[in-house]
Amino acid sequence: MPYVILSAILFTIGAIGVLTRRNAIVVFMCVELMLNACNLAFVAFAHQHGNLDGQIAAFFVMVVAAAEVVIGLAIIMTIFRTRRSASVDDASLLKF
Amino acid sequence: MTAFWVLAPIMVLAALGILFVRKAVHAALLLAVVMISLAVLYAVLEAPFLFAVQIIVYTGAILMLFLFVLMLVGVDASDSLVETIKGQRVLAWLTGLAFAVVVVVGLGQITFGTAVGLDGEGGANEGGNIQALANLLFSRYVFAFEVTSALLITAAVGAMVLAHRERLTPKETQADIAARRVRDFSEKGVHLGPLPPPGVYARHNAVDTPALLPDGSPAPASVSRVLAARGTVRVAADLADDIAPIAGQIERPEDASDRNHSVRGKGMRDHK
Repeated sequence: MPYVILSAILFTIGAIGVLTRRNAIVVFMCVELMLNACNLAFVAFAHQHGNLDGQIAAFFVMVVAAAEVVIGLAIIMTIFRTRRSASVDDASLLKF
Repeated sequence: MTAFWVLAPIMVLAALGILFVRKAVHAALLLAVVMISLAVLYAVLEAPFLFAVQIIVYTGAILMLFLFVLMLVGVDASDSLVETIKGQRVLAWLTGLAFAVVVVVGLGQITFGTAVGLDGEGGANEGGNIQALANLLFSRYVFAFEVTSALLITAAVGAMVLAHRERLTPKETQADIAARRVRDFSEKGVHLGPLPPPGVYARHNAVDTPALLPDGSPAPASVSRVLAARGTVRVAADLADDIAPIAGQIERPEDASDRNHSVRGKGMRDHK
């Protein structure tokens, strides 16, 4: 089932991106990549098993991703407005 | 399967590119490549509805939102290379590669058998993929679907609340601006009237040409400060550069008579 392998590879690349990149927007893009990789697995399994529940799940993932992107980008905007920076390292004030 | 083997390397390369490109805009464009390829794979996997939704929602809406925010935040907001946690980058790569090996090897152990498929006689897509999805969505998943609406409206309101900026000072009205000008005039002697317009010359009247003061020096207030900062303001002396050749042409009478000849001749002869 090469689709699932591809999905796993894309998910891993997204995870590495979340861990290594410093720009909050690029980190966010990598989260999107992970969500998309999961969607691919859902659709591939729906095709494999011949029922549509996987496609419904992928559809709900897309809805949640849309809502999450809206809120996440609004948060990045507000952080940028107050701190003039989109780097995840700079937003560490809650630690202290 | 051909589509898969063509698109899979493209997708993996584009996804790897997201990890390595310096500019966030390039990462967004590479993400668009991955998402469009995914949409094609959905079409191959007999999910035409998700194919359309992937194109419309992901590449159409979400990526555009990313690009909008990139433009607002500053396109050149690139990564810093400073590591706040020592060795974090190396450890992240090691963890990621270990995860990839574990997942790929684990998946390689499984035999899936032949795919059942959705299209065709007696398949789940019989009567149309969208109709079948709607049957499922409005029966078994109807509660999740309704909750989704609450989620979406919460997201919309949340985005508005987060993006809203309270005005701390009252907006400056025209009367305020007039009062400020008079106050500046009385206290600092700033010129009361409007700024001087850019210079108007015989051959140049663009906004980057400064007006001349009575002593022949350019008036700095007559060009925008932005143009001055960029260094694209013309110098008044530049505008007089071509006076000598033009004067030379006027001086030489044979040139002028030649030109008259050709102008007169044009009416009789055809164009060459």
